[in-house]
Amino acid sequence: MTDVHALSGAYAVDALDDIERAAFERHLAACAECRAEVASLRETAALLAATEAVEPPTSLRGRVLAEISTVRPLPPEVAPQQPRRWLGTLVAAAAAVVVLLGAGLAVWHQPWEENPTVAESVLSADDAQSTTLELGEATATMTRSDSLGRAVIVTDDMPPPPEGKVYQLWFDVPGEGMVSAGVMPIATDQTVVLDGDATAATGAGITVEPTGGSKEPTTAPVALFPFDA
Amino acid sequence: MNHIRPVADDAPSPEDGASGPDLSELLRRSGRGDEAAFAQLYDATAARVFGLAVRVVRDPAQAEEVAQESFLEIWRTAGRFDPARGSALSWLLTITHRKAVDRVRSAEAASRRDTSYQQHNQPVEHDSTAEAAEASLEARRVRGALATLTEVQREAVGLAFLGGYTHTEVATMLDLPVGTAKTRIRDGMIRLRDALGVGS
Repeated sequence: MTDVHALSGAYAVDALDDIERAAFERHLAACAECRAEVASLRETAALLAATEAVEPPTSLRGRVLAEISTVRPLPPEVAPQQPRRWLGTLVAAAAAVVVLLGAGLAVWHQPWEENPTVAESVLSADDAQSTTLELGEATATMTRSDSLGRAVIVTDDMPPPPEGKVYQLWFDVPGEGMVSAGVMPIATDQTVVLDGDATAATGAGITVEPTGGSKEPTTAPVALFPFDA
Repeated sequence: MNHIRPVADDAPSPEDGASGPDLSELLRRSGRGDEAAFAQLYDATAARVFGLAVRVVRDPAQAEEVAQESFLEIWRTAGRFDPARGSALSWLLTITHRKAVDRVRSAEAASRRDTSYQQHNQPVEHDSTAEAAEASLEARRVRGALATLTEVQREAVGLAFLGGYTHTEVATMLDLPVGTAKTRIRDGMIRLRDALGVGS
């Protein structure tokens, strides 16, 4: 970790190769300290650039203004770098609120092997209860149907987990603790049926775990969805 | 001799360095498709954008292409500039620097740079406008701050930022172990930041 921090200066002045840059950007997603440092070093670099001001040929102005008039500005909300921002904040926020209880053992199935109609039936069930969380730019909605005994999560704009990690789903089951409900496929927008019986659970959560998932949560949840009793 | 540091009160915020038009506001209007605002933004920043591009890619013709690509990118993404995350000037020079670095690191451009490296000393015309006068005030401040760096820090920062070299290349050029070069760059940038009173 300390080693990764040390790349902030080189990152701020674009002195990393592509592979290092990608790795450091994953680190940035989780490290508010590095984000602040990078921002301040970029301000510094901008001042450094001031010593180099050179008037461009006058023809450049005409070319630039002609070119931009044919290009539509992008809308503000879809910035590709935005999803990087929320993870660190989110982990901190979730960690402050949530205390994980002891762990139970889970039978292992991949949730995407479920018949997709399970998701549809849960989402359209008469007794479906939904909780939507804003996770930075992302939203995640957890829906449970008591009568069907299943839960479904729908994500929108979810940033990818850090390299070598996955998002893992959990049920919070009284007396058993956090019970694995499977690993989420890596996709920004998706619908995933949680593995296992949702009836006994008092809530569901998401944690970041090593690829392949863990038998019990090893990190604080990035999101926690309470179920109504 | 190299120990003079600007006193903190003297240090304007980065945004003050771009006094004149409010660059954030011009960016905001550009993001809504306001071409007149963008023209003002161009006039206020073109010398810095082009100057940075020239400094990194060296070849004026390629630097013009880099500047044009940068302004197009600035126009396209203006609506995504977030003033809470940094100054407008830093934002657009970050875009410019990245484009310039991408240019010199593409294999073909790299070989072209080698041949044009020797011609670098042919004078580029420095700007005589108000922007340049303002920039030269800043430049004096920056030179003062640079003087507070150790020689290795100064060289490492210069090669990395103005030279567009990776920290691994900088290590080789300065005969340093790889881990040391990235540390020198970071230490140098932090010392520069503190000497210039950037951030808080």
